[in-house]
Amino acid sequence: MNEDLILFLQEPYFLTILLVTVLIALCASLMGVTLVLKRYSLIGDGLSHVAFGVMSVAIVAGVTNDMLVVFPVTVITAILLLMGGQKRMIKGDSALAMVSVGALAIGYLLRSAFPASAANGVSSDVCDTLFGGLNLLTLSEEKVRMCIILSIVVVLAFVLFYHKIFAVTFDESFAAATGSNTTLYNLVIAVIIAMIVVLGMQLVGSLLISALVVFPAMSAMRVFKSFRSVTICSVVISVLCSFFGLLVNAVCSFQYHLEIPVGPTIVVADIVVFLVFSLMGLFRGRRTA
Amino acid sequence: MALLSCQDLSLGYEGKAILEHISFAVNPGDYLCIVGENGSGKSTLMQTILGLHHPLRGTVKTGDGLKQNEIGYLPQQTQVQKDFPASVWEIVLSGCPGRQRLLPFYTKEDKRLALQNLEKMGITHLKKRCYRELSGGQQQRVLLARALCATKKLLLLDEPVSGLDPKVTAEMYQLIEDLNRKEGITVIMISHDIRSTLQYATHVLHLGAEVFFGTLQAYLSSSALVGLGREAGTSHE
Repeated sequence: MNEDLILFLQEPYFLTILLVTVLIALCASLMGVTLVLKRYSLIGDGLSHVAFGVMSVAIVAGVTNDMLVVFPVTVITAILLLMGGQKRMIKGDSALAMVSVGALAIGYLLRSAFPASAANGVSSDVCDTLFGGLNLLTLSEEKVRMCIILSIVVVLAFVLFYHKIFAVTFDESFAAATGSNTTLYNLVIAVIIAMIVVLGMQLVGSLLISALVVFPAMSAMRVFKSFRSVTICSVVISVLCSFFGLLVNAVCSFQYHLEIPVGPTIVVADIVVFLVFSLMGLFRGRRTA
Repeated sequence: MALLSCQDLSLGYEGKAILEHISFAVNPGDYLCIVGENGSGKSTLMQTILGLHHPLRGTVKTGDGLKQNEIGYLPQQTQVQKDFPASVWEIVLSGCPGRQRLLPFYTKEDKRLALQNLEKMGITHLKKRCYRELSGGQQQRVLLARALCATKKLLLLDEPVSGLDPKVTAEMYQLIEDLNRKEGITVIMISHDIRSTLQYATHVLHLGAEVFFGTLQAYLSSSALVGLGREAGTSHE
């Protein structure tokens, strides 16, 4: 192996990125089952477009830590979309489409109109925001700290509300009828989703965040059969895939002088795992229906 | 004192009533069947009893120490549940009252309750199985065990035998009757199946053009039954 590569892999810079990557991947995979089964996959996607728009505004306005702006706006959007959309799904659906595409258009327009106005004089690439650009330039110390704190909050919230999230996902009307505060738990789910979107954007960009959420859960669901085992399995898949993606990225860059983006690499790893798990599911012979 | 009493209920959506002036009471130990054709408001009435739907007028009151959130509910299966990865144990446990507290875990008491109800439904051996791989009858037993975790007094069943074959249907009715007669659990059931209604119910609430509420004996000689029988003869099997 290349000696430069080995040195690079031990650098604190790389280890920091590794930590952030693993944490983000872990968080993203937690809510996968809930999102898939509640038919919320699209909402995660829409939210990330909103986050893109807000981030563009933040960058153009010269805000140093764009997460401080992106995070609250995304949370509020998530709450409005999920709470408003509960009773009238069709209206909620088109509202989501309008908000997400609108945000995407406005964001890109602003970025094109003010290309050089980025914070600290660093010109920011739109592609980085869309497909993920985890590198030294975009990863300030402050941002690293924020990613770590947000990740911990997400994991804590998930553990604390685990059984409630299960009950609300499996059968919302039963939960409501037997005295669970389903409005509160749906709110918790909305906020966790928003946090995951903001986190995931840093790693794989706003267009790919849904992949990070959906693929591990779908893979785990092919093979495992209880909510707990599926959740644990998707976390493991997600963490391993992100680790692998980062490694491939480093190897390519040092060994072959090939600069490939981290986000898509991780997503491709997730896709491969999904195919493998689908085959495993088939061989287990439970695809009768 | 009545376990549940509805006074002059009017139900509907956006101000438009689909059911009006419904009054009935359920006493401990009763087995009430709610019958009526599709669209007569059976499901809306059930949601109102559960507090998921607000009546336009009138009141639903629980009594005899029963709280609104202590009603066990067996809903019709949703599409989501058909491919949900969950073990039988996880589902039954989710009916336990521990879910209402802010604790992030279930207590020993909850787990004991869940085990006890698995046993009562005769599905202890399925505890670790995946819900979506069970047969329709087994799935209903799982959901019934979950409902039993949520109540000691009153069960609301929304067409519990729909989609089950005749043998499993008979077993299901037997199970519900045992809960009613032996465990003293009050049962309110939405039913399409007039024959089983006549066989097991102690009281009948008939919704439709003609509303009837009373004991089974009174229902047998009422004109509402004649109306339903005629309809069943023409439009149903």
